Amino acid sequence: MAGNAWRSMLSQVVVGGAARPLIAAFLQERMQTVTMIPGDGIGPEISNAVMKIFEAAKAPIQWEERNVTAIQGPGGRWMIPPDCKESMDQSKIGLKGPLKTPIAAGHPSMNLLLRKTFDLYANVRPCVSIEGYKTPYTDVNLVTIRENTEGEYSGIEHLIVEGVVQSIKLITEDASRRIAEYAFEYARNNQRSSVTAVHKANIMRMSDGLFLRKCREVAENYKDIKFTEMYLDTVCLNMVQDPTQFDVLVMPNLYGDILSDLCAGLIGGLGVTPSGNIGANGVAIFESVHGTAPDIAGLDMANPTALILSAVMMLRHMGLHDIGNNIQNACFDTIRDKKVLTKDLGGNSKCSEFTDDICRRIQDM
Amino acid sequence: MTARSVQSVSGALKLLFNNRLTRVYGAATCTQRNKSSYTAIPPPARYGGRHTVTLIPGDGIGPELSKHVCELFRFCCVPVDFEVVNVDSTKDSEDDINNAIMAIRRNGVALKGNIETNHNLPPSYKSRNNLLRTTLDLYANVMHCQSLPGVRSRQTNIDIIIIRENTEGEYSSLEHENVPGVVECLKIITRTKSLRIADYAFKTARAQGRRRVTAVHKANIMKLADGLFLECCKEVASGYPEITFDSMIVDNTTMQLVSRPQQFDVMVMPNLYGNVVSNVCAGLVGGPGLVPGANYGTDYAVFETGTRNTGKSIANSNTANPTAMLLASCLLLDHLKLHAYASMLRRAILCTLTETRLHTADLGGHGSTSEVVHSIMSAVQSTGPRTLSI
Repeated sequence: MAGNAWRSMLSQVVVGGAARPLIAAFLQERMQTVTMIPGDGIGPEISNAVMKIFEAAKAPIQWEERNVTAIQGPGGRWMIPPDCKESMDQSKIGLKGPLKTPIAAGHPSMNLLLRKTFDLYANVRPCVSIEGYKTPYTDVNLVTIRENTEGEYSGIEHLIVEGVVQSIKLITEDASRRIAEYAFEYARNNQRSSVTAVHKANIMRMSDGLFLRKCREVAENYKDIKFTEMYLDTVCLNMVQDPTQFDVLVMPNLYGDILSDLCAGLIGGLGVTPSGNIGANGVAIFESVHGTAPDIAGLDMANPTALILSAVMMLRHMGLHDIGNNIQNACFDTIRDKKVLTKDLGGNSKCSEFTDDICRRIQDM
Repeated sequence: MTARSVQSVSGALKLLFNNRLTRVYGAATCTQRNKSSYTAIPPPARYGGRHTVTLIPGDGIGPELSKHVCELFRFCCVPVDFEVVNVDSTKDSEDDINNAIMAIRRNGVALKGNIETNHNLPPSYKSRNNLLRTTLDLYANVMHCQSLPGVRSRQTNIDIIIIRENTEGEYSSLEHENVPGVVECLKIITRTKSLRIADYAFKTARAQGRRRVTAVHKANIMKLADGLFLECCKEVASGYPEITFDSMIVDNTTMQLVSRPQQFDVMVMPNLYGNVVSNVCAGLVGGPGLVPGANYGTDYAVFETGTRNTGKSIANSNTANPTAMLLASCLLLDHLKLHAYASMLRRAILCTLTETRLHTADLGGHGSTSEVVHSIMSAVQSTGPRTLSI
């Protein structure tokens, strides 16, 4: 993190044309380590695609591949393998492919475990319509920020008596304040004009009420950003009719899950949606949120766009805006061109062909 | 009289009297909650061929739309009298809503507008709508979303019946603050209610000749709660071999709904997901002004607009779309077995919407509420039986 700040400060200070290549070359040599978690199913092939593209773009990234299969540690608690944790603690940045989440398997979902381990409290999903991939919704440009650690996904469930189950939704003051602060910071840093809190406080008075109160408190410190509140059902209703009225949305876990996937559906699905998880202590893991697609795994048919766009989000987070923009533009140009699209985008090219096209465009830039 | 002895009495009575009287006693045993509010319930309100229906205007656009319903019914000589019960949502006491509930118990059927809930009030002030639904045990919320010709929307050919569990799940209103700053909200899923709603869904699917029922859940994360719901649905599905049963996770469902909603037929789900899915579907077919909703219990039925909006911002401006409320009143007439009136009204409403294309602002038109109602009345008059003069 300090290295990043130092580097961006340095690039701001340099103005002379002569000094620039020297400094750039110096900076280029400073490789940043990123933990790469390929994942399951199509994970390995799309991760390879991203690594290839990064090489073509000459990004100063050194990849450290790690596996995250849940293992049972001392005391019976499930945890991620210690070498993965070590790698992440050092690099602070991760890029993750899709992981399997089995239903009723006995151990918590892997994604949940990662979140708990690194305290990834904010899930950020910018949804922007992709020119060249037509959906009934054009001009979508919103960001969903979802509280990622508690809420309805706290995983606390009990069988009270035979036939009666309770699942606990946990809302705490600290987590609500933290996510609200992140949402407003994000809005400010990315020149967004409004933040909308999504809730159901008419029914869940105490829990969503607490969340709402914290959002209101934080909004007081960000008077330059417009703050509104809206019921979840109203947001859903309006979202499918006119998504352009929304800007940044902040909400607890379950609503965030549903809404972020709804917004992903508006722009074309999980195959083209980037996602980032921001944690405490400067940790950030960027991921593709689609499934593992076991039916096309290993057949070179996967669409790497989601992981590529998440990697671009990662580059921007690290301050490497130029490289990020290059890769993003190359990717969008390829999709707009419609010559080498993968099956899910409407073409019948291979994943490798799609990747090669992007690499070619980057090298031509 | 305890519940058990009432049940055995009703069994004996069934042999002696017709079903209607035993329904009175049977109804008393059904209310699990609020046993203390049970009082003797008189026979159903049908006298001289006229039905009495409770009307709760509610807030926002509710009162003006209720007036239009009364106007239209009077115009078409529908044999329904409305017993209007006002519920003041600004009052702290629950007397108003209890009166409304008692009126519904008296009449068996109701038409209601949405009652506003100020979410800044403390938790002691419970949502009036929720109180009504849980006290009367209106366990099934049914919403039929259909694409209508002439209504602008991004997707066409949508025909989905959404059946939502209406009394438990996330809406149990059981919350507590363990220590300052830590709040727990309980989501309750029970086997009996899940079986009941699944059974209702499959029965409805069968009655309407539907081929597929999809259960919407999040059992990969809420393994016990939604796992139980899913299990109950599967159990009930085994008794309906002609209907295909599948399940889908709620986030995938919303994604599929905005990209390919034509794949869905009948959907069944717990309370909160039902809220999300029904609003998404309503938005897909044209908005909150078009879709009616029905809440069914074992003994009572309450009809309202599908998306339950108060429409505070457009109240009293004569711009609200009356279609949803009027179609809800048609559902009410169907429930009362006044099918001829129901089809006549429905035909006229849909004619105004799709042929005359007189649209209110929410559909992109310039018509006012009263113009639309007037147009419906002319449509009824031109095709139908004797009516009062406009």
